[in-house]
Amino acid sequence: MRLGRSRLLAVGAASALMVAACSGGQPTTAPGGSGPAGSGPAGSGPAGSGPAGSGGQIGGTVSVIGTWGGDEETAFLDMVAPFEEQTGVDVQYTGTRDLEAVLTTGVASGILPDVAGLPGPGQMRQFATNGDIVDLGTVLDRATYEAETAPTFVELGTVDGMLAGVFIKSAVKGPIWYNVANFTGEPPATFEDLQALPADPAEQKWCVALEGGADSGWPGTDWIEDIVLRQSGPEVYDQWVAGEVAWTSPEIRSAFETFGQVLENSYGGPDYINATPFGQGGNQLFADPPGCLFHHQASFITSFFMNEGGATADQYDFFLFPEIDPEYAGALTGAGDLFGMFTDTPQSRALIQYLVTPEAQQIWVDIGGAISGNLMVTEYPDEISQRLAEALADAETFRFDAGDQMPGEMNTAFFAAMVEFAADQSALDSILANLDTVQTSAYEE
Amino acid sequence: MDDLILAAVVVVGIPAVLVGYILLTEQILKVFPERRRARVRPWLWLLPALAFLFVFLVYPAIGTFIDSFKDRRSGDFVGLANYQYVFGSPDVLGAIKNNILWLVLFTGLTVGFGLAIAILVDRVRYESTAKSVIFIPLAISFVAAGVIWQTVYAFQPAGQPQTGPLNAIITTFGADPISFVRNATTGTFALIIVGVWIWTGFAMVILSAGLKGISAELLEAARVDGANEWHVFRHIILPLLMPTIAVVATTMVITALKAFDIVYVMTNGAFDTEVLANRMYQELFSFSQFGRAAAIAVVLMLAIAPLMIANVRRFREQEALR
Repeated sequence: MRLGRSRLLAVGAASALMVAACSGGQPTTAPGGSGPAGSGPAGSGPAGSGPAGSGGQIGGTVSVIGTWGGDEETAFLDMVAPFEEQTGVDVQYTGTRDLEAVLTTGVASGILPDVAGLPGPGQMRQFATNGDIVDLGTVLDRATYEAETAPTFVELGTVDGMLAGVFIKSAVKGPIWYNVANFTGEPPATFEDLQALPADPAEQKWCVALEGGADSGWPGTDWIEDIVLRQSGPEVYDQWVAGEVAWTSPEIRSAFETFGQVLENSYGGPDYINATPFGQGGNQLFADPPGCLFHHQASFITSFFMNEGGATADQYDFFLFPEIDPEYAGALTGAGDLFGMFTDTPQSRALIQYLVTPEAQQIWVDIGGAISGNLMVTEYPDEISQRLAEALADAETFRFDAGDQMPGEMNTAFFAAMVEFAADQSALDSILANLDTVQTSAYEE
Repeated sequence: MDDLILAAVVVVGIPAVLVGYILLTEQILKVFPERRRARVRPWLWLLPALAFLFVFLVYPAIGTFIDSFKDRRSGDFVGLANYQYVFGSPDVLGAIKNNILWLVLFTGLTVGFGLAIAILVDRVRYESTAKSVIFIPLAISFVAAGVIWQTVYAFQPAGQPQTGPLNAIITTFGADPISFVRNATTGTFALIIVGVWIWTGFAMVILSAGLKGISAELLEAARVDGANEWHVFRHIILPLLMPTIAVVATTMVITALKAFDIVYVMTNGAFDTEVLANRMYQELFSFSQFGRAAAIAVVLMLAIAPLMIANVRRFREQEALR
């Protein structure tokens, strides 16, 4: 869902206030020794003293590259403002849509940012095995980091015992959104119940929107991932991510077929589904008469409901994707923004140490649209974010976005396959066979 | 501050080095006997340019050629595997098919429209205004053009108010709206139209200049002899314009083969609109398949090379005629 998380997160106006409020609380971590900053890397360089030790002025600059632009960029800059103030380090952020290209060429040429957002766990693993990124185990206090972070995120950031990447925010995939005026019943317990619900008063049951520029099709991949995890379980899911389950296997085929039933009960038909930008996907929930009853999209979509769909915050609500096979109940998919360190400088160390703290992540959470990667952050500005964060913390089985973990080639083909499938479901055989062909070469080292 | 110093070094330093080099060549030339100096001097003067050409063009081209026989990390040799992929993978074959569509339609339409407009505006009072308007799209960046046309092609389901002008027109006449870009049947054609919109101005300007070069007396003489306007066009203007048309057409063919920006911005190859240049970019930067990307680059280079040679040859012939 590369494009999905990057995009505006409304409510940006409050940011200045938040920073003022939070910068007061920030110093408690650093000198206290309890935070990852102070206690960890003593002796491992000048930054060992922590980013904000009393009078911890380091000075200098740290370059950061990420995918965020617009409101998200502002939110990130607000997040690092207290850090800049306390350490005197100038954070030079560059946002790019072409993160993969920038990092791939950067690794080849040696011209790299100090700290960078990583496109996904797959690419991170490559950087880690090639020795391009620094082991963050030498930067952070690992025990503290592991205590404060969901085990799945720790595991995803670890490559062969090396802590390659840390999550500085996360998102829950799979919530199913509805307009509280149109759906008033209890959340269905199973997917079967959900599919049996009448579309009334809307024209159709579902709204699906797959357009996302260069990454068109990705919202469909989130659907397939949610279905695979709940229909065939985490084991199959992991093997599928690892390229060990073929796309033509009964498990994956069945997920496509289940999604096919959703598409058949979707507003506007194939052309509409493929031509509608994902950000406008929920607009029909709020239309009069409503075009659809439900919309499946990651947690970032709420700002689009307000900005694109003209909804107000009290008009929508969600329930989590219901179970399909009771054996795998309580499963959840999600994603997050990974950060890695390419150059080992006192400034980049200090920044990474700062970014993983609950104080830093609280800033973005308060601005809105983000769920913290740090479990210590429990205060959310609104009820929906609060419930999503709890769902993330309480999930029995949590899995990271499958496509983002696959090799880039596989993920791109997966995106394209969703578009083809939405256009013509009868082509499923050839679509899956083509994905198998890509799979055989994409996983070669 | 550092930037200022760098700027000063560049502005003063580069001319200084060049002057120094020319003085140096004169010193070197003293080694040669007097009568051979005149023959050696041009080569010495050309040397820096040739060196740059070698370092930035020939050397990378050879490197790319070698890489096209290596694995995805440019490590071990894998024989022809990358070429097998290029000519065996349905994705790349689709890109080749679309490149052929681009080649035929894009070239045909830009040259056709360019020629038609050049001739139609040739003798009207507002010629320069008309030509400027047609030429303006070339000044717009391709990325911006892609965004502009996204809006033109915008699609809403039947029954909804159409935000895109094209679908608004279509639905006014009672037809169903069409999702022009985001469907495999019309996608490539929709993108080619964007390319044509941008490049027609270029073709028009060159052809118009060629048209001005045809002597008015010749056309006058034909008309006096009783030729009608069609005959004048068919039997005098067209043959005389042929060398110019050929130059414009080869340039357009090369542009079509290199088509990238529009596809990258508007679809990134989804909806069956992939082209070779975009595929090469994806293989290189998104998939880290250096070998395959190099193989596609070599195929593109080989496809373009004959046209370049033909173009250079034609230029030479024209120079010789003058």
